[in-house]
Amino acid sequence: MPVKTMREALTEAIHQEMERDETVFCIGEDVAGCNGSAGKVGSVGGVFGVTTGVYDAFGPLRCIDTPISESAIVGAAAGAALSGMRPVAEIMFADFIGVCMDQIFNQMGKFRYMFGGKNVCPAVIRFATGAGFSAAAQHSQTMYQVMTAFPGLKIVVPSNAYDAKGLLIQAIRDDDPVLFFEPKALYQEACEVPDEPYAIRFGEASMPREGDDVTVVAFGQMVGKAAAAIDSLEAEGITCDLIDPRTTSPLDAETILESVEATGRLVVVDESPPRCGLTADIAGLAADRAFHSLKAPIKQVCAPHCPVPFSPELEAEYIPSPEKIVAAIRATLA
Amino acid sequence: MSLDKESLLRAYRQMKTIREFEDRANAEIMNGQIPGFTHLYAGQEANAVGVCEHLSGRDSIVSTHRGHGHCIARGADVIGMMKELFGCADGLCKGKGGSMHVADLDKGILGANGIVAGGPPISVGAALASKIRGSGEVAVSFSGDGSVNQGTCFEAMNLAVVLKVPAVFVIENNYYSEHTSISYAVGTDDLKARTEAFGFPVFVADGSDFFAVYEAAGKAVEHARSGNGPAGVFCEMGRYYGHFVGDPQGYRAPGEVKALRQDSCCLKNFRASMEEMGDLNSAELDAIDDEVMALIEESVVAAKSAPRPTPADVATDVYVNYQA
Ligand SMILES: Cc1ncc(C[n+]2csc(CCOP(=O)(O)OP(=O)(O)O)c2C)c(N)n1
Ligand SMILES: [Mg+2]
Repeated sequence: MPVKTMREALTEAIHQEMERDETVFCIGEDVAGCNGSAGKVGSVGGVFGVTTGVYDAFGPLRCIDTPISESAIVGAAAGAALSGMRPVAEIMFADFIGVCMDQIFNQMGKFRYMFGGKNVCPAVIRFATGAGFSAAAQHSQTMYQVMTAFPGLKIVVPSNAYDAKGLLIQAIRDDDPVLFFEPKALYQEACEVPDEPYAIRFGEASMPREGDDVTVVAFGQMVGKAAAAIDSLEAEGITCDLIDPRTTSPLDAETILESVEATGRLVVVDESPPRCGLTADIAGLAADRAFHSLKAPIKQVCAPHCPVPFSPELEAEYIPSPEKIVAAIRATLA
Repeated sequence: MSLDKESLLRAYRQMKTIREFEDRANAEIMNGQIPGFTHLYAGQEANAVGVCEHLSGRDSIVSTHRGHGHCIARGADVIGMMKELFGCADGLCKGKGGSMHVADLDKGILGANGIVAGGPPISVGAALASKIRGSGEVAVSFSGDGSVNQGTCFEAMNLAVVLKVPAVFVIENNYYSEHTSISYAVGTDDLKARTEAFGFPVFVADGSDFFAVYEAAGKAVEHARSGNGPAGVFCEMGRYYGHFVGDPQGYRAPGEVKALRQDSCCLKNFRASMEEMGDLNSAELDAIDDEVMALIEESVVAAKSAPRPTPADVATDVYVNYQA
């Protein structure tokens, strides 16, 4: 099977869906690139390169550069989605959600409920998420944990290239608004990815490691770190289930609970700050529905309650490391 | 232009400092010494300096992702800034902010900004504080040609008019926002008219000419300071580097940057005017060049040997009085 980076897998998903369905189009800042300039229009393909070649393949009506106007971009995607199209909007860094929040959660995310279930709103909004590049406080946040709190939005956080392709195809085909968070630290990470299109259903976790002693749930960039932590413990005879929910809304609670019932121990890992976040959410789920299976207190591994720092030393402390995950796993076994 | 010798020397020194700071930052980024995303201001120096030469005391500025020039022009400590770019524990922001978040509150620098058009509303607040206090300061926001399409920019401009506060909106047109030309992204052919329709005057200048910027900014600052509400300054100028360090710059015409460096260099323009006017001789300017080079070298040496932040610093400074 061909090996592709997450970036390539995402690009392939967009091309394949645009070929399959002519209502799909891309919109955002520099998704084509070079408009109005001396350069070749379409030669940028998004600042992370995910819409590479889309302009050349599908032209200016389906690969649309915008001014820097995030509220209008999301609103335009929402309105087009209410009007029979399937927009794939790019908002570059997830931090910029701050600029277009109303259009996301008050408008797009609530149409279906407010309108009594009469409409669909098949919009996808893509973001690059997470830390790791010293991009500092306004270009490094995860934000998916915040957005998971809003009913009406589906939230996707892939952890590898294979999932990224299948989940993006599902996101485009899905009739609800989907926020698709691409961990920017993983764009260059590669794995085997089939050439043909495939969709991965939302709300179905994957289990990249299976074991007996501890259940580890991790999201996005943290899945790889958790896998490294788990692998480092194997020599000691400690084995873990590693669960990657892949979508935080809908959440595959059953897979998590089944695993916790079997292992009796739970570590939840996310790179967001701790308050009102995913680790607390999953810990709450287990405490509520698997309490009697638990043999040890649940451990949460997350970032500190602070903005993302610039300095590499501070950022390394901010992002949960395999060492911290190992310590948490050991703590549940102590 | 009624600038005394001391002011002329200072203006040149500021522009030269920005240029050398940026050239050196670029080199250090290429060497892998400076982490993160850095956006350089080289080529645009006359704009920051031409505006900031009108500011003093508690006059404030709010800057952008391309903020080094504004901060230096408003008097930020250059060594502290270089240390901040390197992420040092004793950088201007303790290594927590980096290039995109340089701030020096004591100097009226309310921060560079990673969010396009994040700054204009903040400057309206600073101007409002001045109005309520009756203290006469102006608040300047710098933002790019890309920022004018952001709702926050519109809202700030209108609010400043409604509240009649001494805000000055300086729009720096360097022709591009990332990889997109202003001719595509701004729908009107007459951005000046569109902006003036908010209800304040906009003064236009060639951003590679210090004296032109100084004159236009002087009118805007005077307008705001005398209680007439906000004003705008529009300058056009090219940036010498990419959008960020590492940008392949496919949007440029062949030879574009070379031409910019040749024909619209504010330092060369300044020297030429001085020769014409005879106010300063080239030896005086050469001496400044040497001093600036020494300062920048000193800043890099200091940054390379400065203490690094430790893990214990990560969650400090989140709140004034509450440790998370
Ligand atoms: C809200 C927001 N959207 C997008 C970006 C990404 N971005 C950073 S700089 C930039 C272009 C800004 O152009 P302009 O305002 O002309 O300033 P210049 O870079 O030319 O100085 C963009 C799109 C951002 N930082 N913030
Ligand atoms: Mg610009």
